[in-house]
Amino acid sequence: MKTHPLWKYLRKDALPHFFCPGCGAAQVMNFFLQAADECGLDFDQLVAIGGVGCAARIPVYLNVEALHGVHGRTLAWATGIKLYKPELTVVVFAGDGDACAIGGNHLIHACRRNLNVVMIVVNNLTFGMTGGQAAPTTPKTMKSATTPYGNIEAPFDVCRLAQAAGATYVARWTTARPKRAKNALKDALNHKGFSLVEIITQCPTHFGRTALSTGNPVDGLDWIQSHSITQKRARKLPPHQLESTFVLGNFVNEKRPVFIGSSVV
Amino acid sequence: MTPRRGNHQTGIHFMLGNHAVVEGALAAGCDFFAGYPITPANEISQHMAQRMPREGGVFFQGEDELCSIFALSGASLCGAKAMTATASAGFNYMQEGIGYAVAAEIPMVIVNVMRCRGENYATQSDVMQFRWGASGDHAHIVLAPSSVQELFDYTIRAFNLAEKYRTPVMVMSETTIALMREKLVIPPPDRIETVTRKKPADPPSVFVPFKAAEDTAPPLPAFGEGYRILHSLNPHDENGAIAWSPDVFESLYRRITHKITAHYDAIVRTADFYLDDADIALVAYGSEARPARQAVRMAREKGIKAGVLKLDTVWPVPEKQLADLSRQVDCILAVEMNTGKYVNEIRRVCTGNCAVYPVTKNRGEIHTTAEIFRAVAEAKK
Repeated sequence: MKTHPLWKYLRKDALPHFFCPGCGAAQVMNFFLQAADECGLDFDQLVAIGGVGCAARIPVYLNVEALHGVHGRTLAWATGIKLYKPELTVVVFAGDGDACAIGGNHLIHACRRNLNVVMIVVNNLTFGMTGGQAAPTTPKTMKSATTPYGNIEAPFDVCRLAQAAGATYVARWTTARPKRAKNALKDALNHKGFSLVEIITQCPTHFGRTALSTGNPVDGLDWIQSHSITQKRARKLPPHQLESTFVLGNFVNEKRPVFIGSSVV
Repeated sequence: MTPRRGNHQTGIHFMLGNHAVVEGALAAGCDFFAGYPITPANEISQHMAQRMPREGGVFFQGEDELCSIFALSGASLCGAKAMTATASAGFNYMQEGIGYAVAAEIPMVIVNVMRCRGENYATQSDVMQFRWGASGDHAHIVLAPSSVQELFDYTIRAFNLAEKYRTPVMVMSETTIALMREKLVIPPPDRIETVTRKKPADPPSVFVPFKAAEDTAPPLPAFGEGYRILHSLNPHDENGAIAWSPDVFESLYRRITHKITAHYDAIVRTADFYLDDADIALVAYGSEARPARQAVRMAREKGIKAGVLKLDTVWPVPEKQLADLSRQVDCILAVEMNTGKYVNEIRRVCTGNCAVYPVTKNRGEIHTTAEIFRAVAEAKK
């Protein structure tokens, strides 16, 4: 019997996974494994890190060295690992809460230092695991468990944040653009320096039902696709027409010395 | 990692307490330090910043205490002997990382230099925070040095206990001793006992990462050695898999706490001072042991049979020694520099056998000998 070519990378005793039917985080896991496979990554030398949340569960299902379970501290762990054993490849799977809310401070400092890790921000625009509360990424006016009358806060653009803070590879794609997302992950794995790939994902259970009034994952993907625009097209539009729109593209790809910690002259 | 240069400072020194912590850590094999600036612990990170790179290790200043304490976890799982140092307000933040290190059984050393709220005056007010600050069930090992020499010695011991029991171990420092200069003797390296964590004897294909006898810690391979272990805060079974079975949860935390409490005799240490014939005992920890000893000398000159039980380990509570003492003396005075916290632990163990009274001072300064002597004389009436 033939097995799935990526099956060998999974931690079998952790399955079945806990993602809801139609969840985008499981797609991101798939994109990552395809990218890692095509890059020929050595899984013995790979550390996958997740904090707390839906996307944070991805490392639990990967057959690698893994850290899991503390909200927002993914990059702090990664810093200790990369300073002590820089030869290890470190990939962080963060939800938008992990990356932009509780772990926001760690994010900007990891970018500033150009820590040589890959951070995948699985942005489902809400706090999914806790029940669909508003996140710093929830679009304006959208309803959530904690914004029943609509969100009045302006959302973060995590890619612009990372770029401003000094990240040397930054890209944004969506689960509706799987090939582009996978290729960006390959670029990130091959990049030396802080790489941030944001992937906008559908959350049928919470964001879908509460904000979009549909629990159908295909509707969620359609909504993401209809609210996305490529970088090239976005450049031709005035800024006010880009509100509530996801600009997609590979935004930054630069070389800068990576952080190696203290040194003696 | 580059090889260690082994630049030991063997000899007799006149050294700052905070610097003695650094020398103790390096003598114990510490090769990763992360911290965030805070007074009165700054001399630890500043001295580390100078010494560590020359020893071939890593010095890192995090953007906050959270980054520092979790960087310790990451480095320790790569095989580092890792340490941080902070002071009371910073220690608050670090509790999150300490709780994680307990649950995932990650060795590390945390030095907290206790200070008064927002100010750098003398206090012992964090004695309960050491024990109860982290969420979830845990047993903690907390050592209480009273001098510059003990800061050096106990820091080494903290690393050895952390490595042996796969757990965070804390050194309870204080403004009094951290910012004090006094004599320090650093022995030659071959006279310093160091412990390094046990590695698996089994290859990755058959190694069960969290399988261990009820009162022991399992061996710990380093990241990159091919073992591919999941380290989670969540309840996990012997394979490391997240498991929600009540049986798994119960047995995990029974082992995590028993691996410390079952080794009471190897962990808990106290020191007696004039206790042989005493009918009144002072119980003191940290810098308060110093004026307590002086007060006992004064009392003895006046014909009062007083003695001191100095608690070198404050957590686990030295229950056996305290119980023995309570059967010997008429009265115990619990000396501490706070509003009266550890006295309740002493009462828990000793009440019924002897009277227990608090001798507290919460004014940002250490007890004077005369103050403690007055308490002894009063209790003797």
